[in-house]
Amino acid sequence: MEDMKDLVLNYVIKEYMEDGDEEITYDTPLISSGYVDSFSMVSLLVFLENKFKIKIPPDKATPEAFDSVNSIVALVNQHLK
Amino acid sequence: MSNIGSYEQRIKDFSWSVSENELEYKHGDVINIGWYCSDRICRKGKADKIALYYEGFGGIEKKYTFNDIRLAGNTIGSFLRSLGIKNEDRVCLFMDRIPELYLSFLGVLKIGAIVQPLFSAFGDESLFVRLENAQTRAIITQRKHLLKVRKILDRLPFLEFIIIVDHNKVKPLEIKEVAFSLEETKPVEHIDIYATKAESPSVLHYTSGTTGQPKGVKHVHYSLISQYLTTKWVLDLQDDDIYWCTADPGWVTGTSYGIIGPWSLGITQCVLDTGFSAQAWYKFIEKYRITMWYSAPTAIRSLMKAGDEIIKNFDLSSLRHLASVGEPLNSEAVIWSQKMFGKHFLDTFWQTETGSIMITNFPGMKVKPGSMGKPFPGIAGVVLDPKTHEPVNEPGKIGLIAFKPGWPSMMRSYWNNEEKYREKFINGWYLSGDRASIDNDGYFWFVGRDDDVINTGGHLVSPFEVESALLEHPAVGESAVVAKPDEVNMEVVKAFITLKPGFTPGPDLELEIMNYIRKKLSPLAMPQAIEYMDKLPKTRSGKIMRRLLHAKEWGEDIGDISTLENE
Repeated sequence: MEDMKDLVLNYVIKEYMEDGDEEITYDTPLISSGYVDSFSMVSLLVFLENKFKIKIPPDKATPEAFDSVNSIVALVNQHLK
Repeated sequence: MSNIGSYEQRIKDFSWSVSENELEYKHGDVINIGWYCSDRICRKGKADKIALYYEGFGGIEKKYTFNDIRLAGNTIGSFLRSLGIKNEDRVCLFMDRIPELYLSFLGVLKIGAIVQPLFSAFGDESLFVRLENAQTRAIITQRKHLLKVRKILDRLPFLEFIIIVDHNKVKPLEIKEVAFSLEETKPVEHIDIYATKAESPSVLHYTSGTTGQPKGVKHVHYSLISQYLTTKWVLDLQDDDIYWCTADPGWVTGTSYGIIGPWSLGITQCVLDTGFSAQAWYKFIEKYRITMWYSAPTAIRSLMKAGDEIIKNFDLSSLRHLASVGEPLNSEAVIWSQKMFGKHFLDTFWQTETGSIMITNFPGMKVKPGSMGKPFPGIAGVVLDPKTHEPVNEPGKIGLIAFKPGWPSMMRSYWNNEEKYREKFINGWYLSGDRASIDNDGYFWFVGRDDDVINTGGHLVSPFEVESALLEHPAVGESAVVAKPDEVNMEVVKAFITLKPGFTPGPDLELEIMNYIRKKLSPLAMPQAIEYMDKLPKTRSGKIMRRLLHAKEWGEDIGDISTLENE
């Protein structure tokens, strides 16, 4: 579980954080803070689907479900077989 | 009673002098948008009225009176002058929607320099082509966007100053970087406003076309005459309104109606600088008792998607007038807004090039859900036959939306691109690049673009720009980019690519390419779908047939394929 969280957290930092000074945690809002916009959310979705070999239905890929590393990991866990 | 009153009467006796008189402007006078939006409002006795309520992420709240924004504009203008920035120099604003973005807009204009606002989510390459084209002399930005500027600095010899508004003094400044803190600078009470005239350049917004690099749309200070009156008559702003324009000033709506229109009328406006969430938006309306809300179809459809239940948690009764811009507003959204808010979102149609609203649904006018409405008084709007370029008189017949040039906020040129500018005019008409029909009652009905430009979430993306960037990825051999239908954004970017030898198609490469474009150009330009192909459809002369791929995406007839290259 922690591994999965770190994997997602590190990916978010690497891909979406423009300023290396900013620190985020598992609970930091990603969408509502503006770190990840609704267009970029699609690439995050593709990352999750590729990495965890899952398919997340469009109606589950909501801004709320993507709003923190913790909520993302919960979403992924729901779709892991 | 709405500001416009009777549309028919306004049409009958319309003259732009209505706006000039209200603004106390006479032909040949000095006209400076920065002054009109702040100093003049203070002189009218509204110095202590709130001009801006700002809310950022994490609950940061700020508010500014009209006197505060007057002083801030003076202070920023004086600082720029102290660096040697002079009239007609281009100063880029590359910031999130923080107060400094709005206040710098006034400061730059006050000293007669040209504001070049750019969307802060742009990647380094998108930023580069726009700064290079405008030969921008200074850029005002935030620490978080600095890396993108540093990355392209070597290629921008004209860029002399990188002004950082939130430098934390922890990391040292690098070459050409200057720290400026509005809060730590003594407010400047008086500044000599540069004596700009009607035709003095004011704002340079960039827009995308099918081919070539983005074009810098040059506007002048006289645009205020259109922006003031359309704000008053279409957005119907009245003295006690609390107004929220959700557009980012990196795009034209965010300046024409997110700064110039409301502030020239002395209206209080609100800015929410956080990511989108239905809950946050409704809460914002409730908290500030917003009365007039100007938003975009993509946002409205996202709110629809969030469901009706959530609305019940908020008191949105302050809303009295709603309008929408950026792409056609579908009839479902119009009907939904009536059901949920008791009001229709009124569609407004205009473009970066037009500078102000051209065709719209007016307060008090019968709404035909899905229609664009009717031309603003003083605007001669028609649809032209695509072949003859003569106005179509037959109701329901589709043609090219065109306008008779001469309204005050019409663009004056494309920056350094006279040829492209001339191409926009045929038979004495300005061609918008969009298609529509007109019904028996004179209402316009949007059909689509007349070119391959992709309208995603109300923002135009050039397929050429994305295709060119794709070709710079080491794996991509050829590329073709088209619009793909999308429920929320109307259209999104889809890329068809062939790979160079040695590369294997797969989901990881797909993600890599998506992220490559997102960072290089912008999240808007990122292909939301990538399809690998063995070869792209081409004409016998070798030109990629984008039209065929577009038809495939939209389930349309592929039309004439006689020029298609044989196997």
